Amino acid sequence: MSDILVLADHRDGAARKPALELLTLARRIGTPAAVLLGAGDAAGSIAARLGEYGAAKVYRGEADEFEDYLVVPKVDALEQIARQIAPAAILLTSSAEGKEIAARLALRLGSGIVTDATDLETGDGGPVAAQPAFAAAFTVRSTVKRGIPVITVKPNAVAPEPEPAAGELTDVSISLSAAATGTRVTARTPRRASSRPELTEATAVVSGGRGVGSAEAFTVIEELADALGAAVGASRAAVDAGWYPHTHQVGQTGKTVSPQLYIASGISGAIQHRAGMQTSKTIVAVNKDPEAPIFDLADFGVVGDLFEVLPQLTTAIRASRN
Amino acid sequence: MSLRIIVAVKHVPDATGDRRFAEDGTTDRASVDGLLSELDEYAVEQALRIAEAHGDAQVTALTIGPDAAMDALRKALSMGADDAVHVSDESIHGTDAIGTSLILARAVERTGFDLVVCGMASTDGAMGVIPALLAERLGVPQLTMLSEVTVDGDTVRGRRDSDAATEQLESRLPAVVSVTDQSGEVRYPNFKGILAAKKKPVAGLGLHELGIEAEAVGLEGAWSAVNQIVARPPRVAGTIVRDEGDGGGKLAAFLAAQKFI
Repeated sequence: MSDILVLADHRDGAARKPALELLTLARRIGTPAAVLLGAGDAAGSIAARLGEYGAAKVYRGEADEFEDYLVVPKVDALEQIARQIAPAAILLTSSAEGKEIAARLALRLGSGIVTDATDLETGDGGPVAAQPAFAAAFTVRSTVKRGIPVITVKPNAVAPEPEPAAGELTDVSISLSAAATGTRVTARTPRRASSRPELTEATAVVSGGRGVGSAEAFTVIEELADALGAAVGASRAAVDAGWYPHTHQVGQTGKTVSPQLYIASGISGAIQHRAGMQTSKTIVAVNKDPEAPIFDLADFGVVGDLFEVLPQLTTAIRASRN
Repeated sequence: MSLRIIVAVKHVPDATGDRRFAEDGTTDRASVDGLLSELDEYAVEQALRIAEAHGDAQVTALTIGPDAAMDALRKALSMGADDAVHVSDESIHGTDAIGTSLILARAVERTGFDLVVCGMASTDGAMGVIPALLAERLGVPQLTMLSEVTVDGDTVRGRRDSDAATEQLESRLPAVVSVTDQSGEVRYPNFKGILAAKKKPVAGLGLHELGIEAEAVGLEGAWSAVNQIVARPPRVAGTIVRDEGDGGGKLAAFLAAQKFI
């Protein structure tokens, strides 16, 4: 069966959920082989995890440059491994870095690239990727016509399913290009680790908008999120007002999410925001304004004050847990 | 030494309009009014700020597109860009990102540059890969997804906010940068700027001048293809209730019925 190369994202010594999703998808179209870059001492345990989700082999590369220079060292490593094993396709996560690595890799390999796939199937002409277009008004199916298909996949495209495979760890000695050291990372400040799930990967998201009114008031959103084990999102209006960080922004100029449950609180639902969440499986809206466009999207909506509704919901959820 | 800045911009269908695809699977650019992509406004703004801080810089706006794309250049010129380059050719219709990066790279090289500034992604294709592809083709460093950017002599520095961390980046010029919508408020063109824009030079280029064969780009030259386009049925509103002191409780009941809690 053909090898499908998967770039496995990891952080803090563990494989990230999108890596497991990629492996699950890769199994539909071939035999997954993971690429693990810069995992250090955690490589063994991460490889074992990747093996649980179907990685027959795990190609491990180490270089300080992965941390110290932007993007290109990883492109070098992936290119080297891809030329070595000649896979039938290469899958990466649709993160900012993932897409940049994918694009440069595709160009070097003389391959077409398809980004932001939400589904992947086999097809006569190679893997077929489904992609949302125009704020998910359309679903487009695309294939790569030339070279080894390079496909980036959005987090939450599929639920990770274990299927144990060997996960055999192989060290690859990485040689870097002259371009590898073009952009130096002179400082890095890690984000305060949060116990909440990452926004694009979470199965549930609770978002706050203009109706929340202040940074302090976002606690009402956070408390509901924590009761649900959800991630916190924010509309552009809330982020522009400085009430929540941009990394939590959902919308056209922020993140696009597709969780099982999306609760929009105090968000009017203009296209800017809708573009970022309208493929969520279940949408709930809470807003004072009965005319808010968000209600057109909602499977369930409450016209009311979010400062009354959300705490009542949070209390009910906690009670049902006890 | 004059600092040569090129800002790459795209003319896109207005996202608030009813965007759709044409018969051949390409973006229908005729049925919805186009405008300078919102995320590219930030690129123009940062290019202008860098030029102003430098004191001896030239900002050239560059676009690829049919006649209507001139509108995007006009906006950039009225914001303050000095001149523009408009690449236009029938054979470009249907070009993919790989091909677009080839055309841009040739145009950038022909124009001469120290710095290329891009938006973080277009608002129609929304791939976000052009800056990386451009850096690869030009053989220069990329500093992408920046919320802050400065040029100091022949060094460019920027701040990149990712989920895991905030990174400070640095490279030598020449380089390609992309900036996010967090990079700083965009200036409105004033009346004087709009008038001045009309007199600023715009160079027109076709594929021939860029040394690109028609077969290398367009629908036929693309390295990926769209096989099928299906309109998603619009979502239908479900149950909407008014809070009468029990809104949260009703919501909890809904979530329980859906097995979320």
